[in-house]
Amino acid sequence: MLIAVILTLGVGTYTMRLAGVLLGDRLDLSGNLQRLLPTAAAALLAALATTAAVTEDAGFAGIARPAGVLVGAVLAWRRMPFVVVVVAAAVTAALLRMAGVA
Amino acid sequence: MRTVGRTESSLLRDAAAIAAAMIAVGASFGAIAVAYGLPTWVPFLMSTVVFAGGAQFLAVGLIAAGNPIAAVLAGLLLNARHLPFGLAVSPTIGTRWRDRLIGSHLMTDEVVAFTLRERDPVRRRRTYWLIGVTLFTSWNAGTTLGVLLGGATGDPATLGLDAAFPAGLIALILPSLRDRDTRLVALSGAALAVLLTPVLPAGLPVLSALLGLFVLFVPRRRKPAAPPRRESGDAAPAADSAAPTVKEASC
Repeated sequence: MLIAVILTLGVGTYTMRLAGVLLGDRLDLSGNLQRLLPTAAAALLAALATTAAVTEDAGFAGIARPAGVLVGAVLAWRRMPFVVVVVAAAVTAALLRMAGVA
Repeated sequence: MRTVGRTESSLLRDAAAIAAAMIAVGASFGAIAVAYGLPTWVPFLMSTVVFAGGAQFLAVGLIAAGNPIAAVLAGLLLNARHLPFGLAVSPTIGTRWRDRLIGSHLMTDEVVAFTLRERDPVRRRRTYWLIGVTLFTSWNAGTTLGVLLGGATGDPATLGLDAAFPAGLIALILPSLRDRDTRLVALSGAALAVLLTPVLPAGLPVLSALLGLFVLFVPRRRKPAAPPRRESGDAAPAADSAAPTVKEASC
């Protein structure tokens, strides 16, 4: 039973991944539509980052995490290296939690 | 030559950073699965066969709660975003069947973000495979570590890793947000996703960000496609809906 659940989830996920890759080649999209795809991906990633930053289980994520992400975002805006952004975000959130700010 | 060398090593450095974070989060996944009382093969099988962090955490929680059907449905809904991701990275993966079959399985949010950050097709391809293989390896190594160490791995939130991943994604998509149209779409999509998170099941809010694309079809007075610069008054409603997330996502 458990193995069927995991395999179904795995096969279903793989099917969606592969479907996108194959369709992208098949659809032979017009130039305009083709240019929309990276924009669509950017919108999904932005939504993913923002929801992950400010929400948790359909509620508000608290202070520490959004604050950490905000620090990271500011550094990214200032064109700091990726590593600096990621570490600064983590350290900010961790320090805030250590200081008792959830 | 030197420039090429530098960007190459910076890609490797970025890959190492994301790999370290993936090991830590993978370890917490392995530990949580074992702590739920699931057999040890479950996290291993999930990390290799599903290979999607968010869906895996969601699924083990629902399985442990005795709701396997919901685990499948919720996991699939959460992973539906891979279809549009696949469309976007399709030219990068190419048309060889071996590449398509293996490359599809390596597709994750981070891989897509790293790949689309590059402009040059050759570098996109290199980035896709390098980051994809790195993440698959580190995610599974982390899972193993978590299963072995169990509760000793601790909560990733203590290390602030829950803040690291969104920040990393923002850093990766920021260059594409310098394009005005992309920025409008992404920010209104992100705002919509946040607003819908309390009312929709996991997965749908992020997918709803695709509705942000409609911002591009808001009537404009002159040139319909990719005009050079518009007056600020033109897309007023779109700018309004995007405004709230400017603070959250990119300030």
